[in-house]
Amino acid sequence: MRFMTDTWLVFSRAMRLSLRNPVWVILGLMQPILYLTLFGPLLEPVVNAPGFPPGTAWQVFVPGLLVQLAVFGAAFAGFGLIAEWRAGVVERMRVTPAGRGALLLGRVLRDVVVIVVQGAMLSVVAVVFFGLEAPIGSLIAGVAVVALLGGAFSALSYGAALKLKSEDSFAPVINGLLLPVLLLSGILLPMALAPGWLQTVADINPLTHVVDGVRAMYIDDLSSNEVWIGTAVTLGLLLVGVLYGSWVFRKESA
Amino acid sequence: MPETMIESRGLRRVYRTKKHEVEAVRGVDFTVERGEIVGFLGPNGAGKTTTLRMLTTLLEPTGGEAIVAGSDLRLDPVGVRRSIGYVAQSGSTDPEARAGEEIVDHARMYGIEAGTARGNGEALFEQLDLDGMWDRQCKTLSGGQRRRLDIAMGLVHQPRLIFLDEPSTGLDPQSRANLWEHIGRLRSDLDTTVFLTTHYMDEADVLCDRILVIDDGAIVAQGTPDELKRRVAGDSVVLDFGDQRSTVVVAELVSHLDGATDPAVEGTQVRFQVPDGASALPLLLRSMVERDVDATGVQVHRPTLDDVFLTMTGRSLRDEDQGATDRAAA
Repeated sequence: MRFMTDTWLVFSRAMRLSLRNPVWVILGLMQPILYLTLFGPLLEPVVNAPGFPPGTAWQVFVPGLLVQLAVFGAAFAGFGLIAEWRAGVVERMRVTPAGRGALLLGRVLRDVVVIVVQGAMLSVVAVVFFGLEAPIGSLIAGVAVVALLGGAFSALSYGAALKLKSEDSFAPVINGLLLPVLLLSGILLPMALAPGWLQTVADINPLTHVVDGVRAMYIDDLSSNEVWIGTAVTLGLLLVGVLYGSWVFRKESA
Repeated sequence: MPETMIESRGLRRVYRTKKHEVEAVRGVDFTVERGEIVGFLGPNGAGKTTTLRMLTTLLEPTGGEAIVAGSDLRLDPVGVRRSIGYVAQSGSTDPEARAGEEIVDHARMYGIEAGTARGNGEALFEQLDLDGMWDRQCKTLSGGQRRRLDIAMGLVHQPRLIFLDEPSTGLDPQSRANLWEHIGRLRSDLDTTVFLTTHYMDEADVLCDRILVIDDGAIVAQGTPDELKRRVAGDSVVLDFGDQRSTVVVAELVSHLDGATDPAVEGTQVRFQVPDGASALPLLLRSMVERDVDATGVQVHRPTLDDVFLTMTGRSLRDEDQGATDRAAA
């Protein structure tokens, strides 16, 4: 009970600060919208290429953009925490009796809510302006899965940020990890088009399965194997992220 | 309410780096009673902040134990957190957030209900001269206002004991004097026990009932500012005369004075040191009258805590300020 109250307090404070500066929510959405407008049309003729998986160009492309939106937005959340740490906010909260996990989860929850809003907006734009066809339940489930994925990445990002405590060392770590992970997940083009070795490497990348899961949702329904695998992988990442993040928040030097 | 607010026994902390171990705090013993204002005085890197971070549960001690505000530091850190306030060197508020929101949120993390939190916060804003700052973004406050906001944050849950880490560092002289006044009032108005660290001699002298001098991780002296000053150098006395003859007479009188150092005569001036100038001087003046010698000027200088530190550690505090890095903050 106490834990819930603390989490809620940390969440509402963080949310209030984000809402005061909503320009970041819009800016975060700009990138996927640009991809949708400027890169999406290139895909339409490629759909007929040999080896292209089932589904329309948009059914393949939008899930990738959703994953990219969630992962990018969340992975950079740590920058905000470094600023908070430098301002003394983190330490000030750590001398209160509030649970250490709540200090993390409240912030993660804020990021999840932001991703839900951005993901919903992106889905609506894709359906209305670009003719994405998918069952409404799948659209909602897709946003839910990427929001949880975002939660995992934001928890990992907070943990890494609090461990490194400097933008100068945090930025290269995030950029260095993010680009290969995203490239190897087939977010822009499906990995089915890749040569064998690349497919093997991509299969090890958990994000590949999340992207495939959301694609499967859009094409069929929610009961295919890919959907279950994608969801399970997301939940697994979330668990790892939250455990790591809380461990760092609990540590004395944080 | 416990009468002893801090009881530290052998508290120590070792930092391990890749190559070697650094003993930042080498087993400190001290006691702080309820209602005291106690200062930890020492140069940067002496172990002040490390000790403070241990006492506030932010850092686990490598050895030793402590009872803080009635709770055992190791067995019940949450109990300690409930009863103490901590104002860190680095500040406490988000620059974008509004001052009033920050203090209410902070109070609520102690389980204080929103209405009470607001009431406590508003009362503190008034006491700390922050009227009208409630809806201001923290980044728009001046350095002195922000520091007072930090202190208000540390007090909003009405802790019995508050830790202030270098409260006046970075403030201009006027803001410092103003802050000292507020810290003095914490005890008189709110019955709060105050434990602070400083590397300013004048600050320790003005604020503290008792001072613990810490150097290189160990407490090298403790006592009231007056006790420390008396113990060390003694008062220096300077007497001026109209002629050379008197100086010879007075120098002879001084050499019979209890505890006085050998007088130094320079022209028509006699200088010496004596443990308690205020009580030694009337005696000396009386015997001067008996010998028919008149002084044209009398000065007594109390030693400063600077002198204390110099005698205790062989180094001046001011030297340490230059470019020293606080390894405790690492």
